Amino acid sequence: MAAEKTAAAGGPAQAGPRSGLFGRLHDFLLRPEASVIVVAVILVIYFQFTNVNFLTNANLETLSQFIAAPVIIACGEIMLLICREIDLSVGQVFALAPFVMERAYDIGLPVVPAIVAALLVCALIGYVIGLITIRLSVPSFITTLGMLFLITGVTLTISRGFPANTPGGKLLTNIMGNWGYAEMVWALGIVVVMHIVLRHTRWGLHTIATGGNVVAAAESGIDCDRIRMGNFILTSTLGGFAGLLEAFRIGSTDPLAGGSNIMFLGVASGVIGGTAIAGGTGTIIGGLVGGIVLGVLQDGFTLQGINAFTFDIIIGAAILLAMVANIHLARLRGAGQG
Amino acid sequence: MSASTEALRAEGIVKTFGHVTALDGVSMHVARGEMLGILGDNGAGKSTLMKILTGYHRPTSGQMFVNGAPVSLGSVDHARTFGIECVYQDLALVNGLSIYHNLFLNREILRPGPFRLLDHRAMRRHAEAALADIGVNIPSVDLEVGALSGGQRQAIAVARAVASNARILLLDEPLAAMGAREAGLIIGLIERLKARGDIAIVMIAHNYAQTLEICDRVMLMQHGEVTFESRAAETSPTELLEIVRREYRAARVG
Ligand SMILES: Nc1ncnc2c1ncn2[C@@H]1O[C@H](COP(=O)(O)OP(=O)(O)OP(=O)(O)O)[C@@H](O)[C@H]1O
Ligand SMILES: [Mg+2]
Repeated sequence: MAAEKTAAAGGPAQAGPRSGLFGRLHDFLLRPEASVIVVAVILVIYFQFTNVNFLTNANLETLSQFIAAPVIIACGEIMLLICREIDLSVGQVFALAPFVMERAYDIGLPVVPAIVAALLVCALIGYVIGLITIRLSVPSFITTLGMLFLITGVTLTISRGFPANTPGGKLLTNIMGNWGYAEMVWALGIVVVMHIVLRHTRWGLHTIATGGNVVAAAESGIDCDRIRMGNFILTSTLGGFAGLLEAFRIGSTDPLAGGSNIMFLGVASGVIGGTAIAGGTGTIIGGLVGGIVLGVLQDGFTLQGINAFTFDIIIGAAILLAMVANIHLARLRGAGQG
Repeated sequence: MSASTEALRAEGIVKTFGHVTALDGVSMHVARGEMLGILGDNGAGKSTLMKILTGYHRPTSGQMFVNGAPVSLGSVDHARTFGIECVYQDLALVNGLSIYHNLFLNREILRPGPFRLLDHRAMRRHAEAALADIGVNIPSVDLEVGALSGGQRQAIAVARAVASNARILLLDEPLAAMGAREAGLIIGLIERLKARGDIAIVMIAHNYAQTLEICDRVMLMQHGEVTFESRAAETSPTELLEIVRREYRAARVG
């Protein structure tokens, strides 16, 4: 027995941390985020060399504001994708939340409770999505497609189609997004928390198990419905929070803010970052870097004066490329470990 | 092995899935230190019975008793509080997770402190010890389960059930994918557990001779019913086969 164990430990299939510079590099390249991190670095270098304004404070601020909301949304969508669900309506919750806050403020609530009220309404929307999806067995793609239209209607109704100004004093407004990097600081904080939740808590592990093999998870005693429900609530709440930050940054809210565009940016950030649409695996850090890549592309090409149509073509191609790279790197990973 | 040491009993268990009656009034019991073998055709309802005993399925009707007291198992976690552990026929493993995460799935070790963070290091250490205990050849507990062979996967599932301090151990075809050497190891492990005298074991299998050899008592299940029951020493593979054929014909005609 002892002889077998030594042989196995010395064998080529051994996994786990390697030592030395090349060993570390090898380990890094096998991580699902690796390809997108490499791409992000190359893009930043490229835009810095072709445009002197790229790494300036003013531009970094603009960049951070473009990146923040999709990254926050990606944190929720990644959890949902991992447990084989998706939320297409999160961009509409993004637009609704500031109006709920403003209406709550109008009827006499102070600003902070009004913010909390808005977030509670978002959580409730997530709960309803979860109920319909889980109890009535409607695929979340369909549930949230319906919610997408429904919430747009609600937002247009309570806003009567007009933008509204955000309430609150200067300090709160700054903290909630008006200071240049506030949104990005929030986004980074959420990324750190969600990374820990995914990698270092039972919730994260059970989310992966639910998406990886729902029967096995249930046989192990995991309440998969509870996991999915929680992640629906999380995603809607994060979407609403991102919408609030955006409203405070701009100082007013447009009923047509966010929408499907911001939802797709969030999902694309996650997928470019290495989260599988098929569920069972995903990375929050990858989602952050995916969001950075999309932001850098958008911002860099804007600085270079490339027009919006070309930009869409480039983004589309970039997403396709990232997917292909991810699938093939995943195969390499499998080979490296098997 | 008298009635006073009875660990688990089920009486008149019925389970229907829509129009399919998977179990039609099944009764069984097993005592501490005893090993019950369940044999039977494919689709006889053996796995369904197991899943009722683990709290995964709720029976349509029937009553269960643990240590003589009536219980109604509401969930797998609930069953686990009675020390009921199971190696499911599908093994209940998540391919994308490492071996050590699978070994501790839904019974994770947490670090002390308010944040209830996973203690990955402790889980790795315990997983290594548990696998070394069984002696099945696995290169590293960091490997994803999806990268393992069928027999290795089965060994992981068995190790998980055994390492969790089962008092009632349910095994649904635990040797199905195992090589001869590994099957020997697992049988040795099961016999060591049996020798401790305080664990009740139920094993589903298809190999009559092997089952009669390691079990104290065997039960034959066919079309959702128990058709025969005997002490292992008082029957033979030939007799069991004879009964299976007869019952099968009877079910066809009737
Ligand atoms: N979740 C389910 N939904 C519907 N029918 C089911 C379900 N689980 C089992 N059945 C049916 O119940 C019957 C018994 O299945 P079960 O898996 O218990 O058989 P088994 O004795 O374990 O067979 P095998 O030896 O092939 O493992 C089968 O007819 C099966 O189709
Ligand atoms: Mg079975």
